[in-house]
Amino acid sequence: MSAPTAHDPAALEQLVAAKEVIVACGSGGVGKTTTAAALAAAVAARLGGRVLVLTVDPAKRLADALGLKGIGNEATRIPTSSFEAAGVKPKGELYAAMLDMSESWDALVRRHAPDARTAGQILANPLYRNISRRFSQGQDYIAMERLYELHEEGSYDLLVVDTPPSRNALDLLDAPARMQDFFSSRLLHWLTVPYRSRLVNLASKPFYQVADRVLGSQLLQDVADFFILFQTMREGFVARASAVDRLLHDLRTTFLLVTTLEAVPGREALEMKAALSERRLHLGLLVCNRVLPSTLTDPSSHEAAEALSAGAGELAELLSRQGAGELPADVTARVIEEVAGSFSNFRQVATRESELARELSSAHGVTVSVPYQPGHVADLSGLLQMGGTIWGEPGRSPRRRRS
Amino acid sequence: MTDLLARRLLFVTGKGGVGKTTVAAALGLLAAEQGKRTLVCEVEPKGDLSAAYECGPTPFKGREVGPGLTAMSMDTEASLREYLRLIARVPVVGRIGPVATAFDFVATAAPGIREILTVGKLCYEVRERHYDLVVVDASATGQVIGQLAAPSGINELVRVGLIRSQTDWMIEILADPAVTGAVIVTTPEEMPVSEAVDLAGRLGRETAVRLACVVANRVLPELFGHREEEVFERLCGRSEKAAVAKQLGVSVEAVSSVFAAARLAVTIRRDGAGHLEQLRAGIGEEVPLVYLPYLFGRAYGLRAIRQVAESLGEEL
Repeated sequence: MSAPTAHDPAALEQLVAAKEVIVACGSGGVGKTTTAAALAAAVAARLGGRVLVLTVDPAKRLADALGLKGIGNEATRIPTSSFEAAGVKPKGELYAAMLDMSESWDALVRRHAPDARTAGQILANPLYRNISRRFSQGQDYIAMERLYELHEEGSYDLLVVDTPPSRNALDLLDAPARMQDFFSSRLLHWLTVPYRSRLVNLASKPFYQVADRVLGSQLLQDVADFFILFQTMREGFVARASAVDRLLHDLRTTFLLVTTLEAVPGREALEMKAALSERRLHLGLLVCNRVLPSTLTDPSSHEAAEALSAGAGELAELLSRQGAGELPADVTARVIEEVAGSFSNFRQVATRESELARELSSAHGVTVSVPYQPGHVADLSGLLQMGGTIWGEPGRSPRRRRS
Repeated sequence: MTDLLARRLLFVTGKGGVGKTTVAAALGLLAAEQGKRTLVCEVEPKGDLSAAYECGPTPFKGREVGPGLTAMSMDTEASLREYLRLIARVPVVGRIGPVATAFDFVATAAPGIREILTVGKLCYEVRERHYDLVVVDASATGQVIGQLAAPSGINELVRVGLIRSQTDWMIEILADPAVTGAVIVTTPEEMPVSEAVDLAGRLGRETAVRLACVVANRVLPELFGHREEEVFERLCGRSEKAAVAKQLGVSVEAVSSVFAAARLAVTIRRDGAGHLEQLRAGIGEEVPLVYLPYLFGRAYGLRAIRQVAESLGEEL
């Protein structure tokens, strides 16, 4: 794509310095987690302060790079010596934590249940485990809730939070509101009422007749038990969910949208961007990952490729005469044609991608392009290099280790 | 491999964004072209299937998108209503009120309810022989296991009731490798490959459905053979590039960019080849692996689906 990396490093520094929370979003597989970690590392290294990156489900390599050992809500500090080993003297401190879904759910239940006995009953309900593990909107909510908690604690200057891979990335934005809806729903009430009144008049309600016949009364009873218990947490949950929602809309919070410029993630990023603006959430930083070099869309390169393609045979003859047998004319002609053909193939892709980049980067804060690099970020040094690119450090591109 | 389309029910899955819908739509097109009455079903009704076929909405009741080819989107509420009407023979479906919302809560809490209605509908179409082949644009890695395991898993939760009594015939369809198969789609990249390998293992351990085939989508062409590569390296030399630029009357920088682009293409391809080796090692030798070329042109819509169907046709 064209016109990439040239953003103003000062603008990014300004943005990051003004914010306390950065929420990374984007579709799966675009490098969201790595980008969040790289940004956090860059801030810790260059701007200073205590920076925490909260990841959800990092690939093993990234977890290793951050020194995360196993799941747990505990934050681990990345030692200064690791930075120094990577050739960086950090101004601040970098911490990493991995979100533990079921631990966070349990903590939430203990906090909001009216008493210890009810909490115990909820935790022991067979359906609770299923809810806490499977309810995907629940995962989004938990990530936001944990973020809120960390922000309240106030032990960090900047929180960078990675978000769970959702079926629908927009779910994340609506998670707190949905949690409120869930508890406020008349249906939830309706569903649990007959059981509270000990199955009185149950038979008269067609819905229950059908549900009973289809699902069996045992399951229905389990479900009802669960919801009755869950209802007791309503007040706490609703108050908390709206506090979480306020934090997301707070001036101190900004969103980091990560995407590649491929068709599907790109389209989802555009939707995400629209959704953020619709909900009046602040999109401060867009990172386009794995971007093709801008020379691919350069007219003079295109002209050269066309000339190579047209003159391949003649050129090969010439080079073959000059190359003293090292460049056999037939092979050389083939190579030149392949080179020109490949250029024109990738040019097509890059042109499409640069149009998408243009649409994505219009009318919002800072846009950063990270060039395509083979291999993947393997350690803190790789993260810092990627962080350097995001930070806009001149003349350095992220080098990544090959596995 | 040739018997992939001889099956009756194919679940196409893989990490999000690897081209599941494209492959499912192309398999459907290919089967229909071979004269099979084919149904393609999108499990997550996001409209990707209607975008792929460039047709209008694909409702639960199905939409004919070509000769012998029907497309539909899953809708668990509609599936529940159909189930109640056809199997449970509940006469009052129309009068039981907002089934969907009440049902939503139950389904959220009780694992497998939503899944069973999805899988149940698909198995039903197979059992009733409405179609010769049902191709499912299934959920992504995270959810598909739950769907495929639902008929067996539901027995643990639902101890009585009609749903329980309905699972045996579903399991029979799903567990027969001649009838049902899973197709995992991936791309030659790190995460999609590791998810594909993981999914292949989980399919075997946690579901009755056998892995029929793995499709590696968006595989870049190999630019050079060994001899070509040697020549390419020489051509990248300074004096050679200068000679080329002079001969063509263009700048050395422009020639360098074109050569650099070829080198990048070689690097991306080589990177991908490494991931494909891991894929092969991860899924085992016995699982057929099909490669689909990267589409440099538009990777969307019916034209792209036709191209993919053609490539699949050659490979299958």
